[in-house]
Amino acid sequence: MSRLVVGPFNRVEGDLEVRLEVVADRVKTAHVVSPLYRGFEEMLKGKDPRDGLVISPRICGICSISQSIAAAEALGAAQGLVPVPNGQLVSNIVHAVENIADHLTHFYMFFMPDFTRDIYRDQPWFADITTRFAAMTGSAVQDMLPARAEFIHIVGLLAGKWPHTLALQPGGVTRVVSPSEIQRLLAILTAFRRFLQRHVFGCEPEAFSAIKSVAALDAWADKQPATSGDLRRFLQVSRSLDLDRLGRATDRFLGFGAYRHPNGHLFARGLADISGPLQLNTGLITEDISSAWMQGNGQPLHPFEGETTPDADMADGYTWCKAPRLEGQVAEVGALARQVVTGNPLALDMVAQHGGNVAARIVARFIEVALLVPSIEGWLRDISPPDPFMQHADMPDQGQGAGLVEAARGALGHWIRIKDGKIANYQIIAPTTWNFSPRDHTGQAGPLEIALQGAPVRAGETDPVSVQHIVRSFDPCMVCTVH
Amino acid sequence: MSMPASNRRNLLWLQSGGCGGCTMSLLGAEGPDFLTAFEAAGINVLWHPALSRETGHEAMAIIDDILAGRIVLDILCLEGSVMMGPNGSGKFHMMAGSGKPMKDMIDALAQQAKHVVGVGSCAAFGGITMAGGNPGEACGLGYEGRTKGGLLGDDYIDQSGLPVVNIPGCPVHPDWVTETLSQLALGLMAPDHLDGYGRPHAISGTLVHHGCARNEFYEYKASAEKLCQIGCMMENLGCKGTQAAGDCNKRSWNGSGSCISGGYPCIACTEPGFEEPGHSFVETPKIAGIPVGLPTDMPKAWFIALASLSKAATPPRLRKNATADRIRVYPQRPKKGKNT
Repeated sequence: MSRLVVGPFNRVEGDLEVRLEVVADRVKTAHVVSPLYRGFEEMLKGKDPRDGLVISPRICGICSISQSIAAAEALGAAQGLVPVPNGQLVSNIVHAVENIADHLTHFYMFFMPDFTRDIYRDQPWFADITTRFAAMTGSAVQDMLPARAEFIHIVGLLAGKWPHTLALQPGGVTRVVSPSEIQRLLAILTAFRRFLQRHVFGCEPEAFSAIKSVAALDAWADKQPATSGDLRRFLQVSRSLDLDRLGRATDRFLGFGAYRHPNGHLFARGLADISGPLQLNTGLITEDISSAWMQGNGQPLHPFEGETTPDADMADGYTWCKAPRLEGQVAEVGALARQVVTGNPLALDMVAQHGGNVAARIVARFIEVALLVPSIEGWLRDISPPDPFMQHADMPDQGQGAGLVEAARGALGHWIRIKDGKIANYQIIAPTTWNFSPRDHTGQAGPLEIALQGAPVRAGETDPVSVQHIVRSFDPCMVCTVH
Repeated sequence: MSMPASNRRNLLWLQSGGCGGCTMSLLGAEGPDFLTAFEAAGINVLWHPALSRETGHEAMAIIDDILAGRIVLDILCLEGSVMMGPNGSGKFHMMAGSGKPMKDMIDALAQQAKHVVGVGSCAAFGGITMAGGNPGEACGLGYEGRTKGGLLGDDYIDQSGLPVVNIPGCPVHPDWVTETLSQLALGLMAPDHLDGYGRPHAISGTLVHHGCARNEFYEYKASAEKLCQIGCMMENLGCKGTQAAGDCNKRSWNGSGSCISGGYPCIACTEPGFEEPGHSFVETPKIAGIPVGLPTDMPKAWFIALASLSKAATPPRLRKNATADRIRVYPQRPKKGKNT
């Protein structure tokens, strides 16, 4: 048996250490360490509840809008306030822009550069992939960065800037949108569609989101050469490395629901495993601190009752990350979980074949990109410029509320309790808190820790490349994880 | 044309107690993108936690080479606060793979670096991570809030005579980063280019108020009373644009944005201590009806005199529009069909 410590594990948004025990060329056990604690939950105590809208988005610079929406929903729940229809549409639009931008950042800048490693020198695709995806110097990033930047102009116009806007409020948004601006925004989407068509899909997003099975995906991939688009490039790599057999966790998928409409969410709220949908009761979410450098009475607590009391000297701890559990069990969150929960046929077929895995997590992000671009266009057309974009209500002296949303990388929850007009408790469970959680009091490992078990390790590898693919397939955000 | 290898300047970027949002903002640089801007200035990125291929042992090898003097480090950038806690131990951020407090790694690397740059208000001053009693014992490289000192001490000066160069903002504007780093890489940054907080005058010589699209409302003290109203946000909604450093309304964000064009007040995120304004961020504290925070360089008596005069002179158009969510009364025009 040998032990490996991989860190600083980069291209994950924040700092990460992964400790591995390797036996007979396989990872036997993994411990995931979130090494940074900042203390947002402590900071928020005693503040004016409205200040949560300034402070909590700054937990994360990559899913800042998701944090804003979670904070606004939690406050709104305490106030009995929801966004007016125009406000909800603008919120959906900027949220979708952030999530698409994050999916692109993940794929182009965080995930794909690992296939340019020398270890793959003998692969037939190596030269093309290296030219395209070399970190910072590849041709792909030169295509992606300007397209991504122009796409985020949508947030600049609607919400002032990205990241860290204050435009998203419990009752709507702080800025109206004029008919002329709607036309400008639609034109930005036309340009973005051209980028997707030219570089990502090689077809219109609608043609990709129409794919309903793994067989159809394979047929789609074979229809054109791999060099005709970056998603086909990935599918070629994935096939040659069997990435669909890598990184399976427990196949229990959780989604809080994203992009509200009058009858629910575009991507549903729910829980599912490979046998189908399960009942979700968010009242049964708890956080366990057995392996975290945290003090407490040892009982896992629902976030409304949650405590965050750091103690760097806890002997049993190995991470700052608490262990969120749903009915005592781990759950995987992210684009794949969202699409499984919402019943996307391709996502369901992918997990039916090999469970949650590296390839399926990547493909699921592109399912979302393809679905969301037309959705944004629809939301823009649904805006009714003459109507209000925000309504107001007083902040209660006492109350509580939860804001449950989906960041690009999965389910995000804010739970606020207000007492005497101030924040009495504020607890946050971020997506990567779920995925990268440590062992709980029963010894149950977190989803990534499970997904890494059995990962192949080649002779002489100090930072096993299979481990890198698995870790990055979750699109982790370590700054969110502990916050 | 790319820079000859001998003229290239090595840059190392580290992240600690922050959100990564300054890097995310930098990725949005346009005209040109940040990689092109770096290329133009001959900046060679040795390692960046979000961008470099090297991970784990490969990344540590680069850092070891710098510490041993085998690689010249021209510019060290830190994003995020320095985490000193708990009790000065630095255990709130042990650098992954090193077994050492990140604060010690930053300190050791800063001693090797020709220039040290605080990217964003967290690295510069401590920033949002210092909010709410500063549970993480966060500080900046050269400041702890408004107090000189921070990790590197109040007497830190680099080999060229510069203090820590602070690019403020939460997040930074991408152009502030590319322009500052380019000047540093090309040896064009001098001590007198910086203000008293180590911020380039190019950034802090302008106030957020300059170029504010709500200026006409400001002039007549026609104020918004609630969010999503288009009047001036200084009197009631906590806007600090008249006091905060930054060309945010002259150089737009993400295409055409700024906080104020997004409909919410400037919270002075470029200023040390912004995270603890002493009042709700969206409410203006007042004494006897007068806002506590007056415009920069404005004598109080004059402000009161001018404000009451201009309030009395406010045109009805501005008074009505100030509390509307959009322009309800248009500027007077000649009646249809008439020539001017």
